[in-house]
Amino acid sequence: MIDHILSILIFFPALAAALGFVVNKDSMRAYGVAVATIEFVLALWLWLAFDSSVSGMQFMETIALVPTFGINYIVGVDGISLFIIILAAFFTMIGIASLTDTKDIKNMIITLLFLQMTMVGVFVALDAMVFYVFWELSLVPMLYIIGAWGGPLRIYASVKFFLYTFAGSLVMLVGMLFMAYFYYQATGQWSFAILDWYRLILPESFQLWLFAAFFIGFAIKVPMFPFHTWLPYAHGQAPTIGSVILAAILLKMGTYAFIRFSLPLFPDASVFFMYPIAVLAIIMIIYTAMVAYAQKDIKQLVAYSSVSHMGVIILGTFALNVEGISGSIFLMIAHGVVSGALFLLVGVIYDRRHTKLMSEFGGLANVMPRYATIFGIMMMASVGMPLTINFVGEFLSLLGFYQQSHILTLLAGVAIIVGAIYMLAAYKKMFFGEVTKEENRNLLDVNKRELIALVPLVAITIWLGVYPKPILGPINTSVESIVELMHEKSITEEAKSRIPTVSKEIRISRTSVREVH
Amino acid sequence: MLSPVNISMDSLNLITLAPMLIPIFGALLILVVDLFKREQDKSLYVMLSLLILVIDFASLLESAGLFEKSGTMMGMFDVMLIDGLAILSQFIIVCASILFIPLALTHKRFHEFSYPEFFALFLFMIAGFQFMVATDNLILIFIGLETASLALYTLIAMHNRDKSFEAAVKYFTMGALAAGFFSFGSMIFYALTGSVEINQIATVLSANNYADIGFVLVGVVFLLASFGFKLSMVPFHTWTPDVYEGSSAALAGYMSIVPKIAAFVVAMRLFEFLIHSGVAWLEVILYIGVVMTMTMANIWALVQTDVKRMLAYSSISHAGFVMAAILIGTTQSNSALFFYWILFSFTNLGSFSMLWISRQKNLPAHQQSDHSYDKFAGMIKTSPVAASIMALFMLSLAGLPPFALFWGKMYMISSAITGGYTVLALIMALNSAIAGYYYLKLIVYMFMKEPVVGYDGEVLVANATLPLKTIIGIAAIGTIFAFLAVNQLLEFVTVLVYNSGY
Repeated sequence: MIDHILSILIFFPALAAALGFVVNKDSMRAYGVAVATIEFVLALWLWLAFDSSVSGMQFMETIALVPTFGINYIVGVDGISLFIIILAAFFTMIGIASLTDTKDIKNMIITLLFLQMTMVGVFVALDAMVFYVFWELSLVPMLYIIGAWGGPLRIYASVKFFLYTFAGSLVMLVGMLFMAYFYYQATGQWSFAILDWYRLILPESFQLWLFAAFFIGFAIKVPMFPFHTWLPYAHGQAPTIGSVILAAILLKMGTYAFIRFSLPLFPDASVFFMYPIAVLAIIMIIYTAMVAYAQKDIKQLVAYSSVSHMGVIILGTFALNVEGISGSIFLMIAHGVVSGALFLLVGVIYDRRHTKLMSEFGGLANVMPRYATIFGIMMMASVGMPLTINFVGEFLSLLGFYQQSHILTLLAGVAIIVGAIYMLAAYKKMFFGEVTKEENRNLLDVNKRELIALVPLVAITIWLGVYPKPILGPINTSVESIVELMHEKSITEEAKSRIPTVSKEIRISRTSVREVH
Repeated sequence: MLSPVNISMDSLNLITLAPMLIPIFGALLILVVDLFKREQDKSLYVMLSLLILVIDFASLLESAGLFEKSGTMMGMFDVMLIDGLAILSQFIIVCASILFIPLALTHKRFHEFSYPEFFALFLFMIAGFQFMVATDNLILIFIGLETASLALYTLIAMHNRDKSFEAAVKYFTMGALAAGFFSFGSMIFYALTGSVEINQIATVLSANNYADIGFVLVGVVFLLASFGFKLSMVPFHTWTPDVYEGSSAALAGYMSIVPKIAAFVVAMRLFEFLIHSGVAWLEVILYIGVVMTMTMANIWALVQTDVKRMLAYSSISHAGFVMAAILIGTTQSNSALFFYWILFSFTNLGSFSMLWISRQKNLPAHQQSDHSYDKFAGMIKTSPVAASIMALFMLSLAGLPPFALFWGKMYMISSAITGGYTVLALIMALNSAIAGYYYLKLIVYMFMKEPVVGYDGEVLVANATLPLKTIIGIAAIGTIFAFLAVNQLLEFVTVLVYNSGY
């Protein structure tokens, strides 16, 4: 069974969702929680069985789908995707468990389970077409969640979300077909298998074009400045569960795809575009932080801060060395935990007051002490305080990019620190001072169901902030092999020098891990 | 002195005619049945037609087997030409007809199906289309085209609404114009080469190295315009939405598939040698035509308020997308054309059938047209299964993986890349993104809006009977599980297209 664990992880939620149509409406939540827990246990089992000393793909499965055209169902997992899969299973579980009373809860849970299938599928797919299938399919459940359970502007937001991503990924599809065609020209055989593509060395001019095609698809998903405009709408209108999944998992698809596709396939183009993308990333960090400061709505603030942190992930990815890439993968997980938790927290207060405007609150620390504590911890994590999970990732990402450019790193570092202002200001407005509104005086503190969701997140935040090794180890092993591959494949002089060989890197990365402790 | 004609039966190779003769005899049989016993129920004629079509299908399998053994066959004084293209397109024509004909068994009574003539004309039409694709003789193509078109005009008019008459007359006028253009173009080619056979024309023209290029161009222009009308390419598309709106939804769905595949095959035979003959601007014209058809139809579809009109524009856009295959002209692209069209016929027939089961006899006051978007608002609440199936068809039409049409789109775009048309590939991809919007609009209405007050959703499945549900079920299953059949289908299509030398 462990040999087919990945297929089980993909299709178990889908099967459960299909069977869920039969389950009675009143028992649906219990059914959803049970299914998601099984899925999470399976994901943990995958971690247990995972051999972290191996850098390549594990638990690979291959089934011929369209062999004439080189499309096969290939799945596999390595250190890069492992933890994102676990995170996806984890968030679906606590997401369903913490669902408040929603209308049509049955449809919601079925949709979430389908969404889980597509999320796991994206992260384990090793065939570009299978990847694309899950990538596109993930839009549909999210469209429905935002469109059916969202706020007043939900239809606009959901359609914008769908079309933006759909348009981007079609350009990516053209890139993928091109890639397959190059493979066909080189070997006489069609193949969409990513591992086959890794062996292909492309001339630089082709790399640049293909990089651009893939970039459009991924950048919209991340979303990178200037393609980020769909995200605040989607977050603003989505129900809590939608925002949580969107921020924690769906956005990671873009950054993950950068590491899975863009870097190893087009090393020279990655070096060529390193500075432009880094500049975009820094604009993203600074600009969205400024926009976040101007928000009146706490959820929009969290949304913009989430975009801002995605900028750091991009920066780390395009450091093109082991520290940077490992750091960015770690930060993906950290960002998932922290921004997921923040959206859950916003959901808690929204359920009680049905408003998200910060001016409506004040002095909540007196009324809801537990809520204020958890919010405080998560906010500290979000601004990157040492000993929290975000710090490790941000530090490593910046450390990685420091080797490419001191000035840009300095800029990004300062921006992150300045970014703390809006978070602290928001916290002050909402939690400190006198209770200004009468309605807030009798608010209930977080209840048991919400604690079930929030306490594990707090625990993870601190645990991995103090001791990141169990996750960083497997990530490092896989990233080293990718960087090594990039170094070997690169053809230009500049790329050779920009992408370091790993033998030297291992030493540095070990020390850097130690520094973090 | 006339000498007696002396031909052996063997040289006629009558088997090549069999698939066309079967529906003709079937149609005559239906008329004879009507002569003997009037006022029969429509179910009799539906089942008779179905049986005849199944026999037709079997005879097609027979000719496919012969083709596999002995390659391209000629017959009937070398007028008939049975090659892979002919077999493939006849498969599509007959299969789509088999899926279409049970749609006559609606719950409500509709005028046209009570006449046996409807079914007779339907079978004559199929024979016409089969003739059209199974020959490279311009005269026989013309006869097939006219037989089929005249029957089709009548089928539309039999729906017996004001709009249907308008549609039929409009279609007739445009069709007559196209027929005129076609005969004019053929005449010019005959004058130039002394032959009405496409391969003869190609040989003669390339032998004298396109000496009379001016006349060739005039001939091409006429033929292009004629096929522009038949394939509803922009700017010859204006009749399409009105005709679709006027005819019944089932027939509109049928019209978006069968007449077009017949026209595609003829266009493929004709333009394949012309495009790559070095007549540079033909390629440019066709390029512009393809891009305009895709893009403009998509943009018009965005602003429609009626689902059927939206689907009409969407089918124009799909036709433009597929027309790109003829422009590219490689084996891969020609295979992609058939591959795409097979997947498209499933999905599109399914979505038009969904409109068909929601057809009312009379319009309620709050509704502007038969299938306005409002009618489908909140459908997920009132009839969830129907809404999910409709959404499935819409997603497939939008090209969302892993549903049927995605594979067609992917293969078509890939063929554009392989053929060296990178920009075209990008335009095709971006057009799919534009198209996403209007398909999504229907999904938004069905899933995210509240139903119109006092509206129980009965009407959305008012016409549903077991045969209709079966057809929709087949289409839905085909749409979802297409990925399991993609490999066999692709191999089958490629072998047939490759062996016919395209």
